[in-house]
Amino acid sequence: MRVRAQVGMVLNLDKCIGCHTCSVTCKNVWTSRDGVEYAWFNNVETKPGTGYPTDWENQARWNGGWERTKSGKLQPKQGSKWRILANIFANPDLPEIDDYYEPFDFDYDHLKSAPEMKAFPTARPRSKITGERIEKIEKGPNWEEILGGEFSKRSQDYNFDGIQKEIYGEYENTFMMYLPRLCEHCLNPACAASCPSGAIYKREEDGIVLIDQEKCRGWRMCVSGCPYKKVYYNWSTGKSEKCTLCYPRIESGNPTVCSETCVGRIRYLGVMLYDADKIEAAANAEKTTDLYDAQLDVFLDPNDHAVIEAARADGIPEEWINAAQESPIWKMAMEWKVAFPLHPEYRTLPMVWYIPPLSPIQNAAQAGAIGMNGEMPDVRSLRIPVKYLANMLTAGDEEPVVQALERMLAMRSYMRSKTVEGVIDEGIAARVGLNGPMIEDMYKIMAIADYEDRFVIPTTHREEVEDAYNLRGGCGFTDSNGCSGGISKGNLFGGNKRPLKMPTEAV
Amino acid sequence: MSIDFFIFGIMPYVALTVLVVGSIARYERDPFTWKSSSSQLLRRKQLMLGSVLFHVGIIIVFFGHLVGLFTPIWVLDAIGISYGFKQLMAIVVGGIAGVVALVGASMLLHRRLTDPRIRQTSSFADIGILALIWLQLLVGLGTIFLSMSHLDGGEMVRFMTWAQSVMGMQLNAWLEVTNVHALFKFHIFLGLLIVILFPFTRLVHMLSAPVRFLWRPGYQMVRSRRQASLPARQDSASTARAPAARPSAGSVVKPAE
Repeated sequence: MRVRAQVGMVLNLDKCIGCHTCSVTCKNVWTSRDGVEYAWFNNVETKPGTGYPTDWENQARWNGGWERTKSGKLQPKQGSKWRILANIFANPDLPEIDDYYEPFDFDYDHLKSAPEMKAFPTARPRSKITGERIEKIEKGPNWEEILGGEFSKRSQDYNFDGIQKEIYGEYENTFMMYLPRLCEHCLNPACAASCPSGAIYKREEDGIVLIDQEKCRGWRMCVSGCPYKKVYYNWSTGKSEKCTLCYPRIESGNPTVCSETCVGRIRYLGVMLYDADKIEAAANAEKTTDLYDAQLDVFLDPNDHAVIEAARADGIPEEWINAAQESPIWKMAMEWKVAFPLHPEYRTLPMVWYIPPLSPIQNAAQAGAIGMNGEMPDVRSLRIPVKYLANMLTAGDEEPVVQALERMLAMRSYMRSKTVEGVIDEGIAARVGLNGPMIEDMYKIMAIADYEDRFVIPTTHREEVEDAYNLRGGCGFTDSNGCSGGISKGNLFGGNKRPLKMPTEAV
Repeated sequence: MSIDFFIFGIMPYVALTVLVVGSIARYERDPFTWKSSSSQLLRRKQLMLGSVLFHVGIIIVFFGHLVGLFTPIWVLDAIGISYGFKQLMAIVVGGIAGVVALVGASMLLHRRLTDPRIRQTSSFADIGILALIWLQLLVGLGTIFLSMSHLDGGEMVRFMTWAQSVMGMQLNAWLEVTNVHALFKFHIFLGLLIVILFPFTRLVHMLSAPVRFLWRPGYQMVRSRRQASLPARQDSASTARAPAARPSAGSVVKPAE
């Protein structure tokens, strides 16, 4: 057993209202720079839809993630090391920027500087890459917002696999949900494995996956290697960038920007202890439907004495062990089993997990006639097909998703009967394999979701490993060399990028 | 002082000094700028074929020159390779690889100059170095026609003698090549010029060719801040899988200066 700690995240999709506050605050903090205008370290997709970049979930097309070879070996789906190096001159699996969208801005100035005209002045779009006029914007970061676009296009969603999807195109049967996405900070990151320079690494102390900007050479294999397409190539600096899980905030015990600003309070951050020795075997489970259970098996119980001893021996600070015992992630993923990894079939063992959303009953007209499972409606009659959620969260295995949805319904039912009727009905809890106190704890954490229940983040003990005296007068966290902002202007090396001039007058 | 002395006598030393000192300085002072500057994200078209042709061709041409110029002449004699045969080899292999590289470079140069996305995001150095290499490939292929008229390998041996004497610090080496055709001289001048420009352009990515990837143990990289390594582990079975980790003590984490 080799114990390591990881800061994991859970998103309660049942409460996501799709407001994009996470995306916007993230954008303002991390990617409001040249070269990454198109990049959203955090984005919110409306499902069903093909997402951003288009069709990212379809690994038959993008070859992201890992695969188990016929001989039972685990290797990146884009190929072994030889294959990856052979593609270094031209990477056939790399998306083009149009697969995300061509970044644009508008001629806002024209609104006030236009001469007197018969027509009302408009702000027309321009490309942020070339500065040229874009006559028609074909795609944006959230092109399918609230089921925008035709069903025939949206239904190419990979999660419809094995579902008779035609009926969901009908108005009466339509369904939707939001899926906020960020880097999964995987236990078995395919981006790090694909990086020929070895610039991408996982931090031992908190599991955050980062790109060393000084070691990155821009071979761009990580972009295609990541099945979630959450590594972005900065076309201005020529380096790849990704979500940092706001590590400067995490290190000081603060939640990430996306979590802090989430108005629906859907995000949870906490420590998970895991056994690093089990990772490879878990990621190499034979059947994709076994991957979810295999990952559960990698996590270590922070209340187990043997685990605590091993954690201390492996140098995990006491504070982190305590945080792991309080972790909301542990409760949701392991105790209540309501949270699931996103696409475990990619074999990356992701560490940002999702609680599936409940949805209204399929057909209101038949509300009386639908299958009731005791006090509660049958979750299979909910509007969002269970199979769809299972394809997203458990590689198609419906049972765990059904259990999670039932437990969430049971929580509502139990608390309703307790607070409205004043009756504590242990039967409801027992039916879904829980008990009263557990459900009350679920209610406190998932429904009330106080700040300190959502974020249990121990601070990083940097003072123990580095001499703070050397840091005085430093610039703190910067993107690159010394105190520069990451963009070399007038540099001896690499020449000077011509600054993009946005014409102030629209023609 | 003749121009020949400058190009063949002085410039090689200038070029090598700039190459070594400049590359070290850039790597040390500004590692953030050390990159391949791929533009594939912005435009796939023409790069998929052009880049592969160019790189494969130019790598063969590069190593051909390296081996061809710097293999000591007595080695050729010892193995029994005749000069004429070596020159023929150089013409055939170099010719084919050169044409492949030139086709690729032409596609890339055309793409860089005409595609608005690539043009707008290119620096002067990006366009300049590609144009220089394109010209160099053209001139290099042009010299093949001159070589065809004297297939005995004599002139080739003179270039070899010159190159090896330069490396041997024999300052009179330039006298070897004073009366070769001007096209050869231009080719060597351009070559040395590219070497001089090397540290200031994206060409530095050659030095980072990630061959180490092939023998990197395992796939994963893990970094630790720990100063001292953990006590030895009892279960030796798990250390077999340790390659996944690469605990590198403390030094990895450099605080931003």
